[in-house]
Amino acid sequence: MTAHTETLHPGTARSGPTTIEREARKEAPVFYDTDEHGHAEGSTMLGFWLYLMSDSLIFAVLFATYGVLSRRYAAGPSPADLFELPLIALNTALLLFSSITYGVAMLEVEKRRMGLTLFWLGVTGLFGLGFLGIELYEFHHLIEEGAGPWRSGFLSAFFALVGTHGLHVTFGIIWLVTLMFQLPMHGFIPDNHRRLMCLGMFWHFLDVIWIGVFTFVYLMGVLLA
Amino acid sequence: MSAHADSEHASDYQDAHDEASSRHGSFKDYLIGFALAAVLTAIPFWIVIYDVFRNPRVGAVVILIFAFVQIVVHMVYFLHMNSKSEGGWTVLALIFTSILVVITLTGSLWVMDHLDSNMMTMTPGQMRSMP
Repeated sequence: MTAHTETLHPGTARSGPTTIEREARKEAPVFYDTDEHGHAEGSTMLGFWLYLMSDSLIFAVLFATYGVLSRRYAAGPSPADLFELPLIALNTALLLFSSITYGVAMLEVEKRRMGLTLFWLGVTGLFGLGFLGIELYEFHHLIEEGAGPWRSGFLSAFFALVGTHGLHVTFGIIWLVTLMFQLPMHGFIPDNHRRLMCLGMFWHFLDVIWIGVFTFVYLMGVLLA
Repeated sequence: MSAHADSEHASDYQDAHDEASSRHGSFKDYLIGFALAAVLTAIPFWIVIYDVFRNPRVGAVVILIFAFVQIVVHMVYFLHMNSKSEGGWTVLALIFTSILVVITLTGSLWVMDHLDSNMMTMTPGQMRSMP
């Protein structure tokens, strides 16, 4: 390509910059790029945040559905008959503990301590599993009592909302286990750091949604039934 | 690897580290957040289990306020929200989403409640004879 150009315009290709060009170069403004460079983590974080915001719209719709249907018992059981608040309090505590242990794991990531990071991630996963176990026990118990999602509008909306949250926690745990394999394999590389940051946002976000669930579904259900 | 590349790499690492730790908060932040969240969770459960307010509607409003405060606490201490992160875009997205959530929730509840009170209540007998 260059050879071709040279044969077409031998003069221009060989000669140095003209006087006009030199003048222009002297007066050309100089730019200082004060922004961060090649730091993909920033945009990923914003993108993941937007995903979380759209996810909260899904939950908003499910909350609205539950709000509308929460009194449609179809002569079936009401929240006061079904919900065991001490169990829900335990569940809430497990999720809150898992949030803080994830925070501690992230602090260990900053200190580049692999063993402690994996330990706290493992503890977070166990709290998450405990939460899921109690939730599945509750669902099983409800269905055995004949209060499955088919029983009434209230129960359909309840299972849809709480089940969607539980499904999110399930995927969070799968993601967590995946990272617990990737971390020792590749070390504290920027990619792993980005993944951990995203999972952290996801995990804390699920705790935020759970605040809505235990207040709006369980506490208000028992209070107003 | 040359010494120059090494030092450059080290400064990159330091930059990333500095920025990351500002986004993580400290152990103290997590502890404050945890303590606040624990208190803000315990009080609503106490209100409902021991039926503190005689009027359930008052109780419902109070626990909703507690939930709102706890969500803010989680956003600040666990999700490290501030108006400066990502040049303010995260906060803007959050405000936009909050508006949509409020419209969805209050709109659905209001419209459906209105519909309810304008419909004639059906007796069980009428319900049985429905096609």
